[in-house]
Amino acid sequence: MTVLQTVCLLAVAVAGTATVLTRDPLRQAVTAGGFGVTLSVLFLAFAAPDVALSQIVVAGIAVPVMVLLALAKIRTLDRAKEREQEDAP
Amino acid sequence: MSVRARLVLGLGSLAALGALLVWAVAGLPDFGHPRGPYAVLAPQIVLNERHVANAVTGVNFDLRGFDTLGEELILFVAALGATVLLRAQRAERAVEDAQEAEERRAAGTTDALRALGAAIVGPMVLLGIYVVVHGALTPGGGFQGGVILAGALLLVYTAGQVVAVQRVRPVSLVEVTDAAGAAAYTLVALAGLVFGVAVMDNVLPIGTTGSLLSGGFVPVLSIAVGVEVTAGVTLILSEFVDQMLLHGGGRREEG
Repeated sequence: MTVLQTVCLLAVAVAGTATVLTRDPLRQAVTAGGFGVTLSVLFLAFAAPDVALSQIVVAGIAVPVMVLLALAKIRTLDRAKEREQEDAP
Repeated sequence: MSVRARLVLGLGSLAALGALLVWAVAGLPDFGHPRGPYAVLAPQIVLNERHVANAVTGVNFDLRGFDTLGEELILFVAALGATVLLRAQRAERAVEDAQEAEERRAAGTTDALRALGAAIVGPMVLLGIYVVVHGALTPGGGFQGGVILAGALLLVYTAGQVVAVQRVRPVSLVEVTDAAGAAAYTLVALAGLVFGVAVMDNVLPIGTTGSLLSGGFVPVLSIAVGVEVTAGVTLILSEFVDQMLLHGGGRREEG
């Protein structure tokens, strides 16, 4: 195992732990994206550039967007609920 | 169940899982050795018999092309399912109202964000097309390039241009494109049965190694997957965007 591969494995371990320890879902969407980027660099270091590309598009585009849109939807639901409570006598 | 019982059960399960993992890892071959026979055989076969420079794409779209057909149809069905489920919950008119409201709000999008979006969209589309059509030559292929292209369309939305997005992705056009991509892959698979000896039989001329059209069906299938993934991911994400735009999940009419 080369030094680069060892460094990448350590970076994945750190980023994965950081993702688990982030409690706020909004911030977690960002740390999870960073975790995905470290994983894609890991795949590149292990000579799998195709998997690295798949990983970077899934972790960098598809998953964060879905999480952020879901969080935005929850926020609009909460606001609507607040408005209903304000309107109630 | 009491807290103590849950703690015992949880820690016990974790310890058992950890022991299984340690056992499994101990049984693995040493790092990097020995390679299975296919690690040597597969690149040789796709290079010599199919003239595909990128062995991974060669395996995905030729040697194991039937698996990729299944994966392609999984994404198609997932997009279909998301659309059917999310659209049943709201009327078309409600989304249009919500989009108009969003349009007014989007006027507040900063110029920096708009400029950045406008500057990046072009290169991103180009990169996506490059990754899709060069699947047989360099790392990448239909899936990776397709998600990049869908991301470029989404970037237009992020830059606050909801009207532009409506023009870029008329929903019915995206739906038809999604179906066309899935159908194209299936038809190419069946073409092997009609013109060759079996489903997925590679009957096109295999060309010169390293040229854009090398590999027979491989670049054709890569483009079919690229079209399907672009449309599928765009469809799923735009359904999510529509859901987000619906303030209060359609309960607004009651108030």
